[in-house]
This record gives sequence, C-alpha cells and structure tokens, in this order.
Amino acid sequence: MKLEVNGTVREVDAPKDMPLLWVLRDLCGITGVKFGCGMAQCGACTVHLDGKPVRSCVLPVSAVGTRKVLTIEGLSPDGSHPVQRAWTEVDVVQCGYCQSGQILAAAALLERNADPTDGDIDAALSGNVCRCGTYPRIRQAVHAAALLKKGSR
Amino acid sequence: MSLSRRNLLVSSTVAAAGLVLGFHIVPRTARAAPPPPAKKKAPPQPNAFLRIAPDETVTVLLAHSEMGQGIWTGLAMVIAEELGCSWSKIRSEHAAAAPTYAHPAFGMQMTGGSSTTWAEFDRYRTVGAMAREMLVRAAATKWNVAPATCKVSGGVVTNGKEKLTFGQLSVAAMALTPPASVKLKEPGEWSIIGKPMKRLDSPEKITGRALFGMDVQFAGLRTALIARPPAFGAKVVSFDGAAALKVAGVEKVVRTSNGVAVVGAHFWAAKLGRDALQVVWSAPPNGGVTSAKLAADFKAKARTKGTMAMEKGDVDGALGHAKTKVEYEYDVPYLAHAPMEPLNCTVKIDGDRCEIWTGTQMQTIDQGAAAKVLGIAPDKVTIHTTFLGGGFGRRANPASDFVVEAVEVAKAANVPVKVVWTREDDVRGGYYRPAFLHRIEVGVDDKGIPTAWKQTIVGQSILAGTPFAGMVKNGIDSASVEGVVDSPYLDAVAARQVTLHSPETPVTVLWWRSVGNTHTAFAMESAIDELAHAAKKDPLAYRLALLKEKRRHAAALSSAAEKAGWGKPLPAGHALGLAVHESFGSIVAEVAEVSIEKGRVRVHKVTCVVDCGQVVNPLGVEAQVQGSVAYGLSAALHGEITMTDGKVDQSNFHDYRVLRMNEMPRVDVHIQASKAKMGGIGEPATAPIAPAVANAIFAATGQRLRSLPFRPTTGSAS
Repeated sequence: MKLEVNGTVREVDAPKDMPLLWVLRDLCGITGVKFGCGMAQCGACTVHLDGKPVRSCVLPVSAVGTRKVLTIEGLSPDGSHPVQRAWTEVDVVQCGYCQSGQILAAAALLERNADPTDGDIDAALSGNVCRCGTYPRIRQAVHAAALLKKGSR
Repeated sequence: MSLSRRNLLVSSTVAAAGLVLGFHIVPRTARAAPPPPAKKKAPPQPNAFLRIAPDETVTVLLAHSEMGQGIWTGLAMVIAEELGCSWSKIRSEHAAAAPTYAHPAFGMQMTGGSSTTWAEFDRYRTVGAMAREMLVRAAATKWNVAPATCKVSGGVVTNGKEKLTFGQLSVAAMALTPPASVKLKEPGEWSIIGKPMKRLDSPEKITGRALFGMDVQFAGLRTALIARPPAFGAKVVSFDGAAALKVAGVEKVVRTSNGVAVVGAHFWAAKLGRDALQVVWSAPPNGGVTSAKLAADFKAKARTKGTMAMEKGDVDGALGHAKTKVEYEYDVPYLAHAPMEPLNCTVKIDGDRCEIWTGTQMQTIDQGAAAKVLGIAPDKVTIHTTFLGGGFGRRANPASDFVVEAVEVAKAANVPVKVVWTREDDVRGGYYRPAFLHRIEVGVDDKGIPTAWKQTIVGQSILAGTPFAGMVKNGIDSASVEGVVDSPYLDAVAARQVTLHSPETPVTVLWWRSVGNTHTAFAMESAIDELAHAAKKDPLAYRLALLKEKRRHAAALSSAAEKAGWGKPLPAGHALGLAVHESFGSIVAEVAEVSIEKGRVRVHKVTCVVDCGQVVNPLGVEAQVQGSVAYGLSAALHGEITMTDGKVDQSNFHDYRVLRMNEMPRVDVHIQASKAKMGGIGEPATAPIAPAVANAIFAATGQRLRSLPFRPTTGSAS
C-alpha cells in the first residue's frame, strides 16, 4: 500500500492490522516516533495525520489511507520549528524519549490555538506522559513557542 | 589541587584522530559506597575520556549513562572548565564498557546513587587540565617559547601574535607524555562550573535523531518478545510454538532460562506470535504472593523485634516512663519504575565475540553476565550504551535481567536480535521498589518532645542475593533503613531503637529513584508532623526545635517555609505541608500547597530548597528537582503494584497510573548557596514530596493518610 510520510510517498508491504507506529519504525526505519504503551495511553507514538495528532500505536496502517503522516523527522529539517526552538531555549528535554510526541502534540495545539493558556496546554498535553517530569518546562516552552510563532520576538 | 604520581596512574593512547587522554584516579574517599565487587586493579588497557580532533571537535567520553539526568552536559562542563575549549565545539559520547571507566568510588562502571557529578568532578577536571597543558606544551615547542608565556582561550593557544587551534595542535599534543600532576583552577576562577548551561543533547532529542536502545536497527536484526512467568515463582512446564510460527513474519520460537521467546522480522510479528504462543506454566509456590496477605504478614512482623539496626539507651524503659505514648504505622506498596522507554536489548553474537546495544546503568555487571551466558571472557563483550529512555534504577539491575535474556535469545535463535518489552511486560515484569511497613512508637515528654523512639521496619532487602550483598552488614540492608538510622530528628532522642525485618518473597525488587528514602522519608516526616500536631505546636517551629543541631536541615526548611509563605493566608481550602530530608549527600526541604477537591488531591505548588553543595549546572539541578518531585508525586498520588496469587494486577498506564501534565504542580526550586561537600541531585528531591503532601492534606482536612498512594475520603475544610 502507499503511505505518504513526511512529504514522501512510500510503498509499504505491511499487514493491514499492523499499527502505523510499527510500520514507521520497523518497515520505514523512522525511529523518532516512539513506542511507550501500545494502547494510546502515553502519547510517545504521537504523529500528525493531516495535521491532527493521533496515536500511531493503535492506528492500523490500513486506516491511514491518503492522509499525510508527519513524524518529528518531518516537522522541520533542522529543528527550526518554533516549538523545537522553544524546547531548546527552555531546555526542556531530559531522557528525551517522550519528547517527539510532546513536541508534535504541542505543534498541533498551536495550529488550532495560537495563544494557549496553561489550562489549554494541560488539556492538550495530558495524554502525553513524561516520567522525567519535564511538564513545567513543557508548559513554559509552549508559551515560548506561541510567541516565536507569532513572530513577536 | 595537585595530584601526585601516587594517586594518579596515567596512560595515554596515541590515536590517529588526535589527542586521546585518560587515566585512573585511585579514589581517596568513597561516600557511602558499596565495596567494589570487582577486582581492585583491572589490567591496564587503552582508555580515554577526551578526544580532540583536527577538525576542532572536542569529544568527552562519559563513563556514565545519560538517562535524562544531564551528565551529558554536566561532565562536559567540568572538563571544558579546565580545558579552555570553545563550548560550541564540545560534544559528549558514551564510553565503551571497560575497566577504565569504573566508577571512581564504586569500583565498577555504573550510573546510580546520584553520584556521577561528585564522583567524577576531580577526574574530569583533571583530564581537562592535563589536555590543556599538553596542548600548550605542543604549541610552546612549535614556537620555541616557554609554556608559561602561552594563553588558552576558546580552543586556541596564543603567544603574542602567534596562535594555533586545538585542532591544529592535537596531533603534536598527543605525542607528549601526560603531565604527572596538574594544578586545577580555584573555584573563584571558574567560568563554566556553576553557570546555567543548556543541554548538549537537545538538538538530537528534539528532532528524533537521538538513538535509544529501542532505535537500534541494522540489516539482519530480528525482534523478539518473551513470554515471561505470569506469576512470581512460576516456571515453564511446556510450550507449543506451532501457532506462533504460523504468524506471518515469525521465524523462531526458543526457550530462555525464564520463558519462551518468539523471534520475528519485526515487533508486530513477534507480538502477534507471542499472543498465539501456548505456554504451560507451573503454579507459583505457596499459591503465590497476594498483597493483602503480605500486608497482614508485615503488620504482624512489625509487632515483633527485628534485627537491630540502631540502638541507644533503654527504649522500652523510656517508653514505659514517657508521659504520653503514641503509635503510628505507615505503609507503602510495590512500585514499578515505568520508564518511558520500555526495556530492550539488542545482541549480535559473532563467533567468540558479542556486541550489545542497550540503555544500561550497569555496564560492568551486564558485560560479565552476558559473557557468562556465552562462556566467553567479559572483554569479548562490547557494550554500546545508547541513550536511556529513563532509568530510575530499573536499568541498573545486578541480575542483568534484560541483558541476560536477550543474549540467551540471540544464542538460541542464532540471529542478531532485539528483545523488546511491552509496557505490560514492564509493569508485570518485577524488580519493584519493595513494599514497606514502618511501625513507630514514640514516648513524648510534657512538652511533646520525643524522649523514646522505637521503630520497626518491615520490607524486602534489595541488596541480598546480589553482587552488592556485601553492603548488608549484620543483617541490615542499608537501603532498607537509610533515612531512619541517620535521621536528624533521632539524634536528640535519648532512647532510640530501630529494628528491621527483611522478609523474603518471590517478588523481585530493586532500587527505585531515591531507594529506601522513598519510604523512610514518608514515615519520618509524617511521624514528626503528627507529633507536632499532637503537641499543638506549629509544624515548622516544632521541627526547628528538634533540628537545633542540624544547621543545614534547619536552614533549608526555614528558607523553603518562608518562600512558600508559611503562616500567611492561602486560598480557601488550600493548606501547606512540610518535609525536609537528607539523602545522597544533599538536603532538600519541600513545602507542598494542596487542596482536596472531590476526593482528589490537588497539589498546586511545591517550593523546594536544595542544599547539595557545589552546583555544576543550576539549570540541571532545577530540572532534576522538578523531575524528582514529579516522580515522587506520581507514586504518592497513584503508584501501586498489587498482586493476587502471584500475578500482578496492573498492566499498563491505565491501571498503573502515572502523573500527567494536568496534575503537575508548579515547582519552584531554590538552590541554597553551600560550601558543603558536593552531594547528588538526581534523586534527593524525590523522597520529601510524599510526606510534604501528606502533611498538607492533614492541614487541609484533618485526615492523616498513612498509606501510599493517598486515598483521601473527605474534601478540604474551607
């Protein structure tokens, strides 16, 4: 079947029920998307499907269809997306394992809400677990990204 | 500080790529260190801590594992301080597993005990200073001037108008004999140590390029999942792999010492194969562990005297004479570490050599364990340490469980294989923070001050039966009593006694971020708070009265209370709770602001004051304190592993709940300026949060919660 990932259409030979996560990781070699729980509980596997955040660990690849898949590798070629820049500026990461999912969830939030409150951030990102406890800096970085995105500094 | 030849064994390696420098410093002192189980002196072999390349890159080789705690940046700062390189050219890399990289205090290559920074502070600074001196000497020789006339800054050596870069000098410098001793900078001369520096691993971690064990891929690599015992103590009786082998992509089904592995082309094949696998397991011994029964056993044991851990005076006599006697019991459950990256290990066996890629905290032990499975020498086992997607102790297993089984699978299946744990495997896979019960009997005088303190602790030993068993002295596992026997509150109590029961169960246990302090701080700081309230004293004033001789504790606590607005008006329904605890050489005071809404504990703000001695990277300290609070709070609010008939009742994040963004309080971190000996920071802020919240819940509701996780039954009084 055909799959458009990060702007490139690929031909993948995968069983229909194989979750998108494993198609991306094990068949396409795209490993920025992470396995954390396998049941849409932690958000480590977050990718965008036509710009909307989805949990790729429970999404059968056959359900993707013609929708465009975006992983962290496709968010920017060089880490220059406002969310990524804000993440560096605020020094968010610790172990880093959940951060691809956190960044993609944050990027999707900012697309639909240019100026989120703490409450908006909590609501949008509570599905993304971080065991290192980077939550306070994530909040701070989402606000910083909102400013960067608006080009106000 | 200068190092003499006596405590410095220097060797240098000539490498075509440039200057490579490394050496051992024989430790002079070790802080609460486990005696090294390894041989005292490993045979010398080429070793390296620093690589300077002709392209100007400066690579720091880390003897420790980066699992989020920030040593990737911190140790680079330490080396860069003395080296004088350009910060933009510095990068870090995990070193190979080799005796050279043994922990200076613990004697084996490992990351744990919040020890990396204090243990490596001298070694890495010295490496930086030695390299700088060699670069200067190389430049001075070229210019035919005295080295003392040369200056170093930003990766460039200058002498008047002459200048040469580290890259240009690297080859000449490498040919020099490393200096026998070097003079390190005085703290007043530091320009990097103590300054907030941003993480060097951000670029790869925000772009998905960082390589975790899970991300290792190469041609021919298969993925395996293992069916492990469903109950503690169960064993494989028989298995039938036929149905598993019918799954598309499944290639092999092999036995391991603890279960049955399904090997497939990729994760999904191996997962479906394992789902289809038929295994008959033996019944667990004695019907298996059941949590309620175990709790009752612990309760009964707590009423009997255990092995003596600490004693002064006649505690029973003093209790008998006390004006008032109180008794409290505190209990905590088993806890899974649940790092975000499920455990995994990749193994490639090639003749009498073996290569392993994994995120581990314990290279030396893993290397030995893998070698044992294969019947080869440890130095034939190469370990590539990847980034760790969280460790928290789970990746420091003296039993090397996730490494041994992967080697067994690769050997039995005769293919390179990555064994991947699912989240269910992780939650049910044992190696938990052990459950503990503390029974505390206190006699108090007419002012409510303790005059007799009798504490009985019940819980499994983490160290027994491991290579660290030597740390169990006279039947006392220090990891079971740390935080009690050295409690600052007990020094002033005339008659005191702490005894320990270490029951054995089939449940496998392990250190979990801040180890014994996770339960001892909860017991001690809850009990002190109860005593303060019983004496009708302000909990802060009561503590400060007991901590008169403990200046660092008192200072941290007073400062945290003041910064949190102790005694000032709060929003309706909110209340503050205090705790201060010392662990891993650092003191952390925390004040939690809490309310109870519809039976749910809401922690609004946590104010932390940290005294950890000299700080290398304040930005890293803040991150570790915030993270520790999150980790401890996660356990206090939600964490609980229970068992029925030997089987774990929880399986994934829906029933083994962890702290989420919407529950994360604001965490203000204040670093106390301190001249104290450098302590750790990866763990010490974990322990005080549970009692701080418990004490705040009491202040808000009058409910004293003595069990973790918290299950309040009423709301805040408003």
